[in-house]
Amino acid sequence: MAVPLGEAVGQLIHDGDTVALEGFTHLIPVAAGQEIIRQGLRDLTLVRMTPDIVYDQLIGAGCARRLVFSWGGNPGVGSLHRFRDAVTHGWPVPLEIEEHSHAGMANRYVAGASGLPFAVLRGYAGTDLMGNNPHIKTITCPFTGQELAAVPALNPDVTVIHAQRADTAGNVQLWGITGIQKEAALAADRVLVTVEEEVATLEPVPGQVILPGRVVDAISVVPGGAAPSYAHGYYERDNAAYKAWDAIGRDRDAFGAWLADLTGAAGPSSSPDPDTEPVGRGA
Amino acid sequence: MTTPTWTSDEIMTVTAARSLGDGMACFVGIGLPSTAANVACRTHAPGLWMIYESGTLGASPDHLPLSIGDGILADTADTVVSVPEVFNYWLQAGRIDVGFLGAAQIDRYGNINTTVIGDYDDPKVRLPGAGGAPEIAASCREVIVIMRHSSRAFVDKVDFVTSVGHGSGAGDRDRLGLTGAGPARVITDLGVLEPDPDSRELTLVGVHPGVDVDDVRAATGWDLRVADGLQRTPAPTGTELSVLRSLTEAG
Repeated sequence: MAVPLGEAVGQLIHDGDTVALEGFTHLIPVAAGQEIIRQGLRDLTLVRMTPDIVYDQLIGAGCARRLVFSWGGNPGVGSLHRFRDAVTHGWPVPLEIEEHSHAGMANRYVAGASGLPFAVLRGYAGTDLMGNNPHIKTITCPFTGQELAAVPALNPDVTVIHAQRADTAGNVQLWGITGIQKEAALAADRVLVTVEEEVATLEPVPGQVILPGRVVDAISVVPGGAAPSYAHGYYERDNAAYKAWDAIGRDRDAFGAWLADLTGAAGPSSSPDPDTEPVGRGA
Repeated sequence: MTTPTWTSDEIMTVTAARSLGDGMACFVGIGLPSTAANVACRTHAPGLWMIYESGTLGASPDHLPLSIGDGILADTADTVVSVPEVFNYWLQAGRIDVGFLGAAQIDRYGNINTTVIGDYDDPKVRLPGAGGAPEIAASCREVIVIMRHSSRAFVDKVDFVTSVGHGSGAGDRDRLGLTGAGPARVITDLGVLEPDPDSRELTLVGVHPGVDVDDVRAATGWDLRVADGLQRTPAPTGTELSVLRSLTEAG
C-alpha cells in the first residue's frame, strides 16, 4: 500500500542511520533524498557507489556525517562542490569518507544481500585505496593460494530506490539500467521505494528486475521522483539541470538560497522539487 | 608552415580512436575515451564492442552520452546487465580487450590518480575518486589512456595511486598479481607515449604534426626519454574530422 513520501521517510529513516540511496545514473531517488533534507535528518552515514547532485545537496544541507562511496561527481559535468567543501573545509559539518572502487562497492552489496560477512574480488592490489581504507584487506584463497582483496559486507539500515512501477500488492518493477538496486535493497534492513506510478498488474518488460513486495517496507508514488536523472520509458535525463547545478553547488550563498527554497516552500511534503519535476509521458 | 585545420584536442581524439581495433571489446570511460571510441566505431572499427560500466554491453549510441548511464546506451546495447555482473563476469573474468581511461594525473610508470591532488587526509583538490578505474586498469588485457599533456598532469610520482599502471617498474604487475598488461599507450594532445619494453617507463614514441619533442618534454614532469624511430602522427583525415565534429557539435 503506497504511503505519502513524507510519512515513509519519517517512519523508516532516523538520525544516525546508514542510508543508501542507489541509482547508477538512472532512477536516482532524488525526491526521497530531498525529503530527507526537508525533514532535517542528521548524522547519517550515506552510502552510494556514485554520489551525484542529490548527495551534494544532502551533504551541503548538513545531513551526513560520513560518506561511503566509489565515485563522487557530477556526471559529465565535473566535481561536486558541496562534497569538496565538506571534505576540505568541514563545511557545513565535517564529513568522514570511506572510499572504494566500483567493483569493491558492488561486491560489498552482493555480500550484504547474500548474508555473507565479506566479499572477495580481484582488485585494489597496488593502489593507495588499500592503505587508506582499513575496510580493504587481503585474503589468501584456501584452494589455490592466490592473494585476493576482501571487503566487508554492506548492510544499510535503509536502502532507498526509485522504480518505474509498483503493483497494488507492493511488488516493484524497474528496467533499463538497473545498476546495483536489487543488491542494495536485499542488503538492507528496511527498504523504501518511490515509483512513477502504481498499477493493478505489472506488465512484463524486457530486462526487468522485480523486487517482491515482501522485501519492500514502503512504497511512495512520486511521479518525476528521479528527476533530474531519468526514468526509462517515462522521461529523459535533464542534462541542463546537471550543468546548472555546478554554479549553485559551487557557491555557499547560492546553495543556501537553493536550500531555503527547498525547505521553506512547503515544509515536509510528498512533492518533488517543483523546479525539477518533469512531465511523465507514460511507459 | 601551414596553419593546421584541426585542434590539438581533435588530433588527440583521432589518434586515440586509431588505437582501437575492429572487433575489440572496449571498456569505455566517459569523456575523452567515449568520444574517441565513438569515432573509432564510426570509421575503421565498426565492430568495436563498447562496454560502459553502467552495465550496457555492446552499446552503439547515435550521439555522445553525457554520463556513463544515459538512456541511449541502454536503448542501443546488446544487453544491459547489473553492476556486479559487468565488473565480476565481464571485467574480472578477463573478457575485455582494452580499457580506455582518462586521468587527472599520471606518472612515469603510467600509474593513475583520480582521487586527490595533495595529501589524502588534507587534499588541495578533492577529485571524484576511483569509480571503475582500478579494476579496469588491473584486469583488461591492456589499457589506453587519453589525457591532455601538462607538467601538472604528467608527474614524476602521482599524489595517490588510484589505478596501478606499471607500479614502480618492470615486474611489478606480476608481483601484484594483476592479470592484464597495463597501460600500453598514453595519447595526449601533443603526442603518444608507450612504456619502454624493459623498464616500463613511459617514453615518447610519437609527436603530432607541428609539435616538437621539446614541447612535450617541457609539458612532462619527469625527464622524458624519446624512443628511437620517433613517429610523426599522420594528420587526421577529412572523414575522421567530420565524424568527430558531427559527434562533438551535436553534444
